[in-house]
Amino acid sequence: MDAAVVLEGITKSFPGIVANDDVNLTVESGEIHAICGENGAGKSTLMKILYGMQPPDEGRIVVEGREVSFSSPRDAIAAGIGMVHQHFMLADNLTVLENVILGAEPTHRGVIDFQAARDHLTEVGEAYGLTIDPNDLAETLEIGERQRVEIIKVLFRGARILILDEPTAVLVPQEVEELFRNLRELRAQGQTIIFIDHKLDEVLAIADSITVLRRGKTVATVKPDDVTARDLAELMVGSELPTPETRESTVTDEVVLEVHDLHAADEEGNPRVRGVSFILHKGEILGVAGVEGNGQSELVEAILGITPVTSGSIRFAGEDITEWPVRRIREAGVGYIPEDRHRRGLLLPAPVWENDMLGHQTQEPFVKRGFWIDNKAATKHAAKVMEDFDVRAPGVNVGVHALSGGNQQKLIVGREMSADLKALIAAHPTRGIDVGAQSAVWEDLKEARRDGLAVVLISADLEELIGLSDRLLVILRGEIVADLDPSTVTPRGLGAYMTGATD
Amino acid sequence: MVKRIGYAVAAPLAALILAFVVSSAVLLLSGSNPLTAWSNMWEFGTRLETILLAINRASALYISAIAVAIGFRMNLFNIGVEGQYILAAFMAAAVGSQIGPMNPILHVAIILLTAVAVGAAWSGLAGLMKVTRNVHEVISTIMLNAIAVAGVVSFLLAKWSAGSAGASASQTLDVALDPIPESGWLPSLNPLVEFFTRDIKRIDLFSFVLVAVAVGILYHFLINKTRLGFDLRATGANPMAAEASGVNPRKTILLAMVLSGAVAGLVGLGDLLGDAHAYNLRFFQGLGFSGIAVALLGRNNAIGVAFAAFAIGWLERSSGVLEVRGDASREIVTIMIGIIILAAVIAYALVERRRAADEARAAAAATEREVPA
Repeated sequence: MDAAVVLEGITKSFPGIVANDDVNLTVESGEIHAICGENGAGKSTLMKILYGMQPPDEGRIVVEGREVSFSSPRDAIAAGIGMVHQHFMLADNLTVLENVILGAEPTHRGVIDFQAARDHLTEVGEAYGLTIDPNDLAETLEIGERQRVEIIKVLFRGARILILDEPTAVLVPQEVEELFRNLRELRAQGQTIIFIDHKLDEVLAIADSITVLRRGKTVATVKPDDVTARDLAELMVGSELPTPETRESTVTDEVVLEVHDLHAADEEGNPRVRGVSFILHKGEILGVAGVEGNGQSELVEAILGITPVTSGSIRFAGEDITEWPVRRIREAGVGYIPEDRHRRGLLLPAPVWENDMLGHQTQEPFVKRGFWIDNKAATKHAAKVMEDFDVRAPGVNVGVHALSGGNQQKLIVGREMSADLKALIAAHPTRGIDVGAQSAVWEDLKEARRDGLAVVLISADLEELIGLSDRLLVILRGEIVADLDPSTVTPRGLGAYMTGATD
Repeated sequence: MVKRIGYAVAAPLAALILAFVVSSAVLLLSGSNPLTAWSNMWEFGTRLETILLAINRASALYISAIAVAIGFRMNLFNIGVEGQYILAAFMAAAVGSQIGPMNPILHVAIILLTAVAVGAAWSGLAGLMKVTRNVHEVISTIMLNAIAVAGVVSFLLAKWSAGSAGASASQTLDVALDPIPESGWLPSLNPLVEFFTRDIKRIDLFSFVLVAVAVGILYHFLINKTRLGFDLRATGANPMAAEASGVNPRKTILLAMVLSGAVAGLVGLGDLLGDAHAYNLRFFQGLGFSGIAVALLGRNNAIGVAFAAFAIGWLERSSGVLEVRGDASREIVTIMIGIIILAAVIAYALVERRRAADEARAAAAATEREVPA
């Protein structure tokens, strides 16, 4: 039997960078094949080529024994390849059925044939053990269910080869298990699955074969039984994997931030933070674990003064800051690493040096005589941040949009760390950056903590939370449901608290 | 650096050339000879008098465009410059005519400040509606235009108009406010120009051009060199990030609208204080809308807008000759201006994309180079 997919000598370069350099990959029919690699190793580019989103500069693509050349995803879909993107693309105000057929509507004399669609959907769902009510509105679905809809969408279009781009990034451990059950079921029905991930334990648990990419090249294809997570990590980074672990405690008695019975609502007025209280000390990292959408964002923005506080109080460095405007809070020494750097953290069209002063634009050294922007000092500061925090860009005058995600993140971390802070609110500080940059950010956080910085750390990376935090809170539906000691908790145990599975 | 300037100049130049080619084609199609038309226009347009008239027009266009640009820099679209400047000029003329004769500097200052205050207040209304009731500024400023021009100004002009008793005055065509005493006039710059060139016939170069220059300098420094300007630009680039950095979005929106309106208030004062000396029915309208086009063409940049204002002002002023000589209808210039703006906006987008790609390439190269082997 022919292999499902053979990629031979794929090379793809973008201006100034070679994303894929003579990549070879063979995916056998009916297997789960994991593709591992750091950010920027070329996984996404390779998958975009296979899915017809980008043409390769060189190389051959053979699908089920036939050489193909895709000019758009439409061609790839016709060849039986489907892709489940990392970010779900569902229309919230449509039902599951409508979302599934969107763009591939079965019609009868120009009218959508909902009955045929429904029958086909049921058929697909039953065949692969993917159950979901086709009449549910997409907005009412949980993350795991949304992902299932995305998979059904792809199967509905007749895909025999599924590409899943970091499918577990948004899931908690329990949902990951559910996903894996579904994937095994799909494999049992003869589907081929290409699975992009960089969580090694997951890869080892699910994959039949693993191909590791490093800097655009295929390093090795291995079987999970032959390697350990450590081996894989070394293949990925070419050296030993860093760990987030903090060593000795630097927690002091001095209270920096005190949140008492805090309530806050989202923009629509739905209560999101419901009676949160905690105390953060100088030199302490307080981790907040929780499935996304359980009030973390609103908690962070309430502390920063962006979201209004409904009731309760926030004290910072001995002062009641509950009613303070954002600027006063930031000037008092509260730093912010936002969860979404493009949304809250950067002015994309603006140059590096202007982004370096964002959030500190009223303070020394960026202003002189309280009114004028000191371009020279600001440029110098930005250059120093670039050097100290290894932000790789041609210069301080380059637009931030041109930087890679990792460099953008390092710029944000650098500008906050180099400011005179007493507390830092860090939301997903290492999201979407590669292992090297990640360990640099961890080092920065640890060093700042040693120097007495108090940090509220929110992260979806449970290893990171457990490794860095001095104390761990779990937030569920806006309430703190557990206060844990990170030295005694496992990611699995934490996952149980996060989903409320301990009740 | 050279490349940067090259990009900045290439786009508008390409737009001009395209506009020239297309309008020539239109002239040919309508049975005129483009060569005669253009050479006549060039001959007339390069006369000293035409150039001075173009500068007068450009001063007003420039200030109008700067008012629009202040909004643009933070993604606010102040379409209301039209209403703001007409109402402001009217009120300034009314106040100016009721005081004096007095110290000329004081008199002119009072008139200018009145215009600034009225313009600011009128756009401030739109700002207030936006921050309190979330009314989009495009809607509110368009409505405020109608209220200002067709409502307030028409009503008060009839009521306050000078000359004979109210009823009969409103029946004549020459409805006007009392003239401003001579101490409130802005002097002509003719003597200065004549010193370098020759005698100027019939027209005046308004010293108001200096006001335009001052507005441009203030705009440049305020936007690019101050904290306030940074907050404004940050809000324009990414309001969510600006808010997280400590910018109060409501305050900044209100401030930008008020500043925009304050500048808009000055637009009509060149004609008023340099030539007409009284608000009347012939008061020049439409500069507020042209300002939007000029701001687009000049990319909200103090220098770029100056070139754009002069280009448009010159085209408008030198096109009159086409009809006088029977070469073509002067509307050909309106077509030309339309094409210039359309082509420029497209060219800017292309150049911008090109520049972004250049930057991305340079950034990728920088990353690549420093990766340890």
